[in-house]
Amino acid sequence: MNRADAPSRHLGILKHSLFWPVTVLIVMLLANVIFTRDFLAIRIEQGHLYGSLIDILLFGAPLILVALGMTMVIATGGVDLSVGATVAISGALACDLIAKGHGLPVAIGAAIGASLLLGLWNGLLVTRLGIQPIIATLILMVAGRGIAQLITGGQIITINNQGYKLIGGGYWLGLPFAIILVAVALVVTVVLTRRTALGLLIESVGGNAQASRLAGIRSSGLIVLAYVFCGLCAGVAGLMISSNTLSADGNNAGLWIELDAILAVVLGGTALTGGRFSLAGTVLGALIIQTLDTTIYTAGIPPRTTLVFSAAVVTIVCLLQSPAFRARFTRKRPERPADPVSTGPKQEVTA
Amino acid sequence: MAAPVLEMEGISKGFPGVQALQDVSFRLFPGEVHGLMGENGAGKSTLIKVLTGVHTADAGLVTIDDVDTLIRGPLHAQRLGISTVYQEVNLCPNLSVAENIFIGREPRRFGRIDWKQINRRATELLARLGLDLDVTAQLGSCSLAVQQLIAIVRAVDLKAKVLILDEPTSSLDRGEVARLFSVMRRLKADGVAILFVSHFLEQIYEICDRVTVLRNGGLVGEYPIGELSRLDLVAKMTGQELTALEELDEASPDVVKGERLLALEGVGRTGAIDPVDLDLHAGEVVGFAGLLGSGRSELARLIFGADSADTGVIRTGGGPVALKGPRAAIDQGIAFCPEDRKGDGLIMDLTVEENIILALQVSRGWLKPLSQRKREELVGSYIKALRIHPPHPYALVKNLSGGNQQKVLLARWLITRPKLLILDEPTRGIDIGAKTEIQKLVVSLAGDGMGVVFISAELEEVLRISHKIEVLRDRRLVAELDNDGTLTPEHILQTIANGAADS
Ligand SMILES: Nc1ncnc2c1ncn2[C@@H]1O[C@H](COP(=O)(O)OP(=O)(O)OP(=O)(O)O)[C@@H](O)[C@H]1O
Ligand SMILES: [Mg+2]
Repeated sequence: MNRADAPSRHLGILKHSLFWPVTVLIVMLLANVIFTRDFLAIRIEQGHLYGSLIDILLFGAPLILVALGMTMVIATGGVDLSVGATVAISGALACDLIAKGHGLPVAIGAAIGASLLLGLWNGLLVTRLGIQPIIATLILMVAGRGIAQLITGGQIITINNQGYKLIGGGYWLGLPFAIILVAVALVVTVVLTRRTALGLLIESVGGNAQASRLAGIRSSGLIVLAYVFCGLCAGVAGLMISSNTLSADGNNAGLWIELDAILAVVLGGTALTGGRFSLAGTVLGALIIQTLDTTIYTAGIPPRTTLVFSAAVVTIVCLLQSPAFRARFTRKRPERPADPVSTGPKQEVTA
Repeated sequence: MAAPVLEMEGISKGFPGVQALQDVSFRLFPGEVHGLMGENGAGKSTLIKVLTGVHTADAGLVTIDDVDTLIRGPLHAQRLGISTVYQEVNLCPNLSVAENIFIGREPRRFGRIDWKQINRRATELLARLGLDLDVTAQLGSCSLAVQQLIAIVRAVDLKAKVLILDEPTSSLDRGEVARLFSVMRRLKADGVAILFVSHFLEQIYEICDRVTVLRNGGLVGEYPIGELSRLDLVAKMTGQELTALEELDEASPDVVKGERLLALEGVGRTGAIDPVDLDLHAGEVVGFAGLLGSGRSELARLIFGADSADTGVIRTGGGPVALKGPRAAIDQGIAFCPEDRKGDGLIMDLTVEENIILALQVSRGWLKPLSQRKREELVGSYIKALRIHPPHPYALVKNLSGGNQQKVLLARWLITRPKLLILDEPTRGIDIGAKTEIQKLVVSLAGDGMGVVFISAELEEVLRISHKIEVLRDRRLVAELDNDGTLTPEHILQTIANGAADS
């Protein structure tokens, strides 16, 4: 991500592309301290870390994961609306298999395998058939819910499997396992995109597909890869969500998560038009959204107004990030030149 | 002299890290053609963008018809009577040619857009510039030169009192330039003030009355063109006294023609170029000459696999190859620097460094990224060799001046050290100094054994560096000429004309 900001290195902190997301996040966290005095405190109980900050990370884990995948898809110039459906299918499949007495490896393997296939399906629709990404993934967004309901038989499957509970609700080394999982996913993604040339190639394809082709990039492979990766992330997020409650709800699991994920990516400074992407930005964006949710509860904002409240915050963040909006306040009439003659009334010079 | 229609005083404009304009003043009188001169990155386009409200100046004053005016944006400028053709064509590629000419001011009939009239008028307007094309075709399907002409047609038809043309001739050939000039002369006679930017000195001397010279963001001066010799003008632009305009040695006649790199046998594509037989050798510079629409670029794209040929075979030393796409061609050691740097070449949102290493990185594969040190070394050396300004590898390409963007694109392909280098208008928009450098570089690369295909609308340039010239006309290869030093542009034009007689 440093690379993305490299050209503005000398422009000072204000112009840093992550300045506004970071500021907003800090302001929101501090605002919470007003309502909850010990909001920033982290306690250790029975060797486990607890506290509101940990909760934000834990509850935000599935969103961060989905948003990571979404970042790669958006960077190629696409979008994936089907991640919510994939979340539901993955959770439903795993719980169904566990309920039917299969072992954890089989259940998890099947769920991940299905998610990869769903990503592949999206990728092929976009590259082979040339369908617009928003339409191509809309198909699965709608159909996927149906598939999830078929798997669960239209009911909420509940299971009792403490091993499965670890993924989304358990602790490991004192930390919630989900947070560790997300951290690993983030590191792997960063290494894959920034320590290899993959990130450059993806940004190139998203920035100018035609020019990328003439530079020798075989873009369809990359695009398919992005959708498959996005499917994988959504699948793992699906496991987390269903594991946390030890149940699978084909109808409501991951509902609207695609919109939150897209929002997280945009808040993080990656343009929907593709090209430059920032993984750190996406993580910040997801954390902003999660913190906003938390704030709404801790601040006791009446449920009727929560949507309006979040819309207002999101609008403010987006405006702060828009160069055009900021320019409105800095745009001024240029100074007149120092030469006193030229500042005289122009009309009189005419002859 | 009459009062100036437009006056800019003390204009300064800085971008992060670059002072693009420093206290520049500029006057434009009705009925004159005024040349704005300067090297790549001197600030010409920036001055124009300040004038049309794309950029807000940090300091300075713009006066139009003696009224102190704050120009709020391009549309406002247009309403004030300033019509502009920007350096990079900014029309809508997915609208038709006619729509692009009339967008925003469509003639209406009973409140509905009058398509018949739009198409008829568009055809008429284009005919004035000698263009005969289907005005309902999508703009994106037209060549760059045609797009440039369409942008000019649109700007001219706006009936403005100030017409700004930022390098309108960079991809035009002689015929179009002549027609553009006759349109400009007519406008000038009507009292329109024209601001004209070009790196071609002959064009400046042919059409301009006065010139303003910029160097490094500063104003050098304003001169009547008659009082300034070419040598003086170049000296003012570069800041260096010259004893003679640097001419390249004529292409070395003693070509060491190496092994045959590629043989095209009946390679063609319907609608693009008729089947062509052509041999390309190591160490040889082959020029493609031809007028607009002659199929120069189309043939180059077939060789690179950018478009697929539907007839014929291409052979390398090792036998026939299927160039299924650019990647396959690159793997064969072929490189292609396309003409349209904005659409086909650069990734504008990426940095200079990323754009330069892109093709090399692609051929290495994504798993083998170039090390930071290697990148700095490679990119640094090409920034220096091509004098890319600002010499900052982390600058975004979209923030570079047009000529410097072109150098970045060229560097991308030079860096891959191909066996065969295809250059489609590599010096488009590049200033005279850097142009000679690039031509020298191409000749020396060929001397080192690289095969080069060189395409340019400027016949002089093709003649100067090619050993062999392929003449194209109407999407056919009509002749192959040996450049023995006696060929002149007139010979080539004659050959093109004869090619017409043949058919
Ligand atoms: N949007 C921008 N952001 C940052 N720097 C810019 C921007 N636009 C122009 N510059 C810089 O300002 C300087 C002047 O650029 P300008 O485009 O005016 O040059 P020019 O004289 O038109 O050159 P050319 O002949 O290559 O078109 C260059 O150094 C360029 O890098
Ligand atoms: Mg320019």
